[in-house]
Amino acid sequence: MPVFKKKITVMSKQGLHARPAALFVQVANKFDSQITVSRESEKVDGKSIMGILMLGAEEGSVIYLEAEGDDAQQAILELEKVIVKEE
Amino acid sequence: MIRLKGIAAAPGIKTGLAYKIGREDFSIPKQSIKPEEIPLQIQLFEEALIQTRREIIDLQKRIASDLGQEEAEIFDAHLLVLEDRMLIEEVISRLKKDNLSVAFIFSEVLKKYIDVFSKIEDEYLKERIADINDVGRRILRNLLGKEQKKSLVDLKEKVVVVSHDLSPSDTAAMHKQSVCAFITDIGGKTSHTAIMAKALEIPAVVGTEQATQIIKSDDFLIVDGSMGIVIVNPDEETLEIYRQEELKLKGLSDKYLLDKDLPALTKDGKIVEIVANIEFPDEVPTVKLHGGLGIGLYRTEFFYMNRKDLPTEEEHFQAYKYVAQEMKPYPVIIRTLDLGGDKFLSQFEIPKEMQPFLGWRAIRFCFTKPDIFKLQLRAVLRASVFGKLKLMYPMISGIEELRQANNILEECKKELKEKRVAFDENIEVGAMVEVPSAALTADILAKEAHFFSIGTNDLIQYALAVDRTNEKVAYLYEPAHPAVLRMVKNVIDAAHQNNIWVGMCGEMASDETFILLLLGLGLDEFSMPSLAIPQIKHLIRSISMEEAKKIADEAMSLTSAKEVNAFMQRKLKEVKR
Repeated sequence: MPVFKKKITVMSKQGLHARPAALFVQVANKFDSQITVSRESEKVDGKSIMGILMLGAEEGSVIYLEAEGDDAQQAILELEKVIVKEE
Repeated sequence: MIRLKGIAAAPGIKTGLAYKIGREDFSIPKQSIKPEEIPLQIQLFEEALIQTRREIIDLQKRIASDLGQEEAEIFDAHLLVLEDRMLIEEVISRLKKDNLSVAFIFSEVLKKYIDVFSKIEDEYLKERIADINDVGRRILRNLLGKEQKKSLVDLKEKVVVVSHDLSPSDTAAMHKQSVCAFITDIGGKTSHTAIMAKALEIPAVVGTEQATQIIKSDDFLIVDGSMGIVIVNPDEETLEIYRQEELKLKGLSDKYLLDKDLPALTKDGKIVEIVANIEFPDEVPTVKLHGGLGIGLYRTEFFYMNRKDLPTEEEHFQAYKYVAQEMKPYPVIIRTLDLGGDKFLSQFEIPKEMQPFLGWRAIRFCFTKPDIFKLQLRAVLRASVFGKLKLMYPMISGIEELRQANNILEECKKELKEKRVAFDENIEVGAMVEVPSAALTADILAKEAHFFSIGTNDLIQYALAVDRTNEKVAYLYEPAHPAVLRMVKNVIDAAHQNNIWVGMCGEMASDETFILLLLGLGLDEFSMPSLAIPQIKHLIRSISMEEAKKIADEAMSLTSAKEVNAFMQRKLKEVKR
């Protein structure tokens, strides 16, 4: 199974919360790959809104995306767009 | 040990573990389940999620059209929470591991998330906690909506239900097999919840103000529904005192039950009618068991509760027919729909009123909904051939209303005649006297009614300007107030002068304090919860009319409720000795 990783800085003013978080989870759920997001010592399921919210990633936080599966590369690309997109 | 004082709503003493229901919080009782119940619990959880999803989508659509797409998008986050994999998986894995009910586990998991989110320093996220709360509540509500009744029935030990408030339909849904008593924060002695509790013979204490704050699920409780006292986690000594009391009470009621079938005959040979108040046809066996020779008040609002559609004429008819046949040859007085005040039905859009007790209720409501009113009248008429049915209109405030109701009844009779449907042509029709204007014009009403039944619960609140559901003024609710006694006397005298009989179907008619007084004033019929019948019959057999009249005369000359109460208590003791 291909695995892709990416280090990203959260650019949205709202951090990875609320609507950006919701959008992130919606996009993540489109993919078959298993998606995890980690920040500092926390590691959560990227398809879970509770998990993403639990990260408490504010603007400027550094997070790591990891996708494992056939569509992993595409998943990372699209998720990155969600995170770096400024509102 | 904590003592709580509330209002004694239904008599009896019971002990049991607290079971908190209702109220929108997450304190769900910790309830064990058996391993084989796990699939059912998972199914309940899934159904609750689906139901919640449906609700949110409906809400979202409504908001999108009312407020705009952007506002509606807020609910996308709600839907994500609802479908959240972590949340769902955690609930299900704990369910498999812990053997506890899904409602309890879900509430625990939700609490955990909310705790974590509350600690994160982020204003925006703090606001989102409200969203999670909102979704969580919806899910829990749907979960409990499915589970609650089931679990109340399934409980092995009887519980004491503790709730902020119970609607009459909540109360009606309770089973005697699983609920031994209940306690609420709000409500008064004559709230419909209290009336239901009496009908079901479940001891109840209402208006405690703080029961739900102080009592936790699984606390051990003593509920004294006769004194309006709740004791939380009592010590051994207190518990023993109450156990003795409980046994004594039971012994006493067993003694009365022995001679329940003796007539209510005074020492000097006057017979009065002691009949029952009921809500459901199912109560008929209880009425008979307690020696009730008829039904003095058959409330009919319950046809409309716990359902979304309207009852059909056939449903009304079948119920009335059954009760008429079962009680034959004794009379059954059916009160037409008394909706409004504190009884609201989901089928009708009733605007929130400033003063619902003075508003669009009872007969006033029926006049604006002639289809519903006539459907009920036809059902009563059709059933009248199967026994001795009588009709009674609630909330009559003057002769015009009595005439208007009777005109509608005549129309129904005409319709049935045209269709050649049989009914009792001589069915007696009476007015409930519960509005002061009716009590004061009883002489006028008596000329066009076959009987009166005094509804003291409303009469007292209207006469004394006391909202009986408002605990802050409940102390002013006083049946012994001379104004109330004068009205009652006026109604009885006016009825007798016009050769009609008069009964009473309010709480006062089963309150031992007032029985001797009412008997002395000449009341012909006392209608009460079945449970009270044996005891009241016993009391009536202990006195002569002559003595009762003397007591009534003296009571009427007193100047305050306090004096009347003290005097009646003294007389009651003398007679019982």
